[in-house]
Amino acid sequence: MDRLLEERLFKVLMLSSLTMVVGSLFAVVAVVVLNGAPALTPSMLTQTPKGGYYLGKEGGILNAIIGSIYLAFGSVLLALLISIPAALSLQRDYIKKTKVAYSIRLSLDVLWGTPSIVYGAFGFTVMLYLGMRASLLGGIIVLTLLQIPIMIRAIDETVKLVPAELKETSYALGTTRFETTFKIVIIQVLPGIATAVLLAFGRSIGDAASILFTAGYTDNIPGSLLDPAASLPLAIFFQLGTPFPEVQQRAYASALVLLVIVLVVSVASRALGQRFSKHILR
Amino acid sequence: MLVAAAFAGSLAFIVILALYLRSKPILDTKPLSELLLNSSWLPSQGSFGLYPAILSTLYVTAIAMMIAVPLSILSAIYLAEYAKESLRRRVLPLVDLLAGIPPVVYGVWGVLTIVPFVAYIAPVVGSLGIPAAGAGRYSTGFSLLAGGIVLAIMVFPVIISITVQVFRSVPFEVREASLSMGATQWQTVKHALMRVALPGIAAAVILGFSRALGETMAVLMVVGNVFIVPSSVFDPAYPLPALIANNYGEMMSIPLYDSALLLAALILLLIILMFTLAARLILIRIERRVTVG
Repeated sequence: MDRLLEERLFKVLMLSSLTMVVGSLFAVVAVVVLNGAPALTPSMLTQTPKGGYYLGKEGGILNAIIGSIYLAFGSVLLALLISIPAALSLQRDYIKKTKVAYSIRLSLDVLWGTPSIVYGAFGFTVMLYLGMRASLLGGIIVLTLLQIPIMIRAIDETVKLVPAELKETSYALGTTRFETTFKIVIIQVLPGIATAVLLAFGRSIGDAASILFTAGYTDNIPGSLLDPAASLPLAIFFQLGTPFPEVQQRAYASALVLLVIVLVVSVASRALGQRFSKHILR
Repeated sequence: MLVAAAFAGSLAFIVILALYLRSKPILDTKPLSELLLNSSWLPSQGSFGLYPAILSTLYVTAIAMMIAVPLSILSAIYLAEYAKESLRRRVLPLVDLLAGIPPVVYGVWGVLTIVPFVAYIAPVVGSLGIPAAGAGRYSTGFSLLAGGIVLAIMVFPVIISITVQVFRSVPFEVREASLSMGATQWQTVKHALMRVALPGIAAAVILGFSRALGETMAVLMVVGNVFIVPSSVFDPAYPLPALIANNYGEMMSIPLYDSALLLAALILLLIILMFTLAARLILIRIERRVTVG
């Protein structure tokens, strides 16, 4: 084949592929907005399901919105408590053998690929073993497991970028390892933490498979950690599964709510990442 | 701190161990080959053949990859090699955005657009006599093909973002050398860059594949969930993750049922871990090459 013709042919192919990929994003957003917006009424956002809601009667998905927010915030907090120390300890200062740090990183990267349904099944098994019922706490714990690899690796990537000179300067002033880590290094890592938090938040608020058995579902707003909690993804799933068009409409509206939350978080993570970086030395 | 790191590092093993212990009862009573290759799934009669589910998983993933791999790689090459910096900076965040959309939303979208689309084309394409695309049964649109298309879109960002990084990591001299010999840009990509980038692309594809293999909700919502060995892309199917999601939690009364489902989860996990491990090892090599070279 003529090489210039080939060049042109592939350029067209590449451009059309890219158009299709980007187009599919707009298609997803457009379809969800167009179908969801008409069904999205104020009462959907401010009321919990009333009797007969799933048959098309009065009510809203406030239970699911609040439940999702509880689940996401709870799990992000818990995951942070584990991830920040874990990511900081992957530094040379703590783990002397690079091989150990290397294998922990590798195992986290591999864990990242674990499907959430497997976490869900695992979490439910453990909960059965401990005699726990499906609850907000169960959902939070499973979502935490889901987030740990994402968070640690995201924070770790920024910890790696902290210049060794900075740490040495700090040590030279007579600080302990602990002070250097939690007063010097952590400031450099803040943008990484912010990005990690939002990344994990977005992932956990949208995940359904892991909380299907562990968080349960209820029409009430959970009052304690041991109550079952509703969630937006499952609300969408259940409403879509009913045979009534009015209820399915509400599923579209709920999907729109979820999509907006996720997109806002995603855009915010970008903006915040840049904002926090003003203290960073490079 | 070290405890946290140790916990995180060993999480994979904890999950595998727990799933193994819980799927042991069924492994003790039935040979693995029967569980994997038998196609009758009648839990109430003690028959747990996962074969149709395993096959469904492979089919739906294969369809997704057939769509996603060429589109993603071509897009990635364009973004990495042809596009101006300004376009790249605008499009890559959009690709990331695509990765952030929750599976359920993809599922809703699939039900609204892809499923009717598949139902519409099924009789037309089915009459053409293409193998594996016959429309023997009436297709509702909830089918392997619908699952594959939705999955493909979910896999785009995984393959694209890694492939773009891999191409950007190829030293600039490679391009200069090729272009100075009079090669066109595409020839440079095809002969020079591809050779260097191939392992990275393979890793990207494997990671996309693992993502597709384990995806649950979106597929569950569009794939039909009928326990048969599908013979056409317009047939419904019942992939492993969907099987677990639909049945787990309500199987306590039937002996060995939970054990069988956890075995399904274990199989899924082991396959995915193997693939991800391979892909990661390749990517780590590439990263080293970049930092050293």
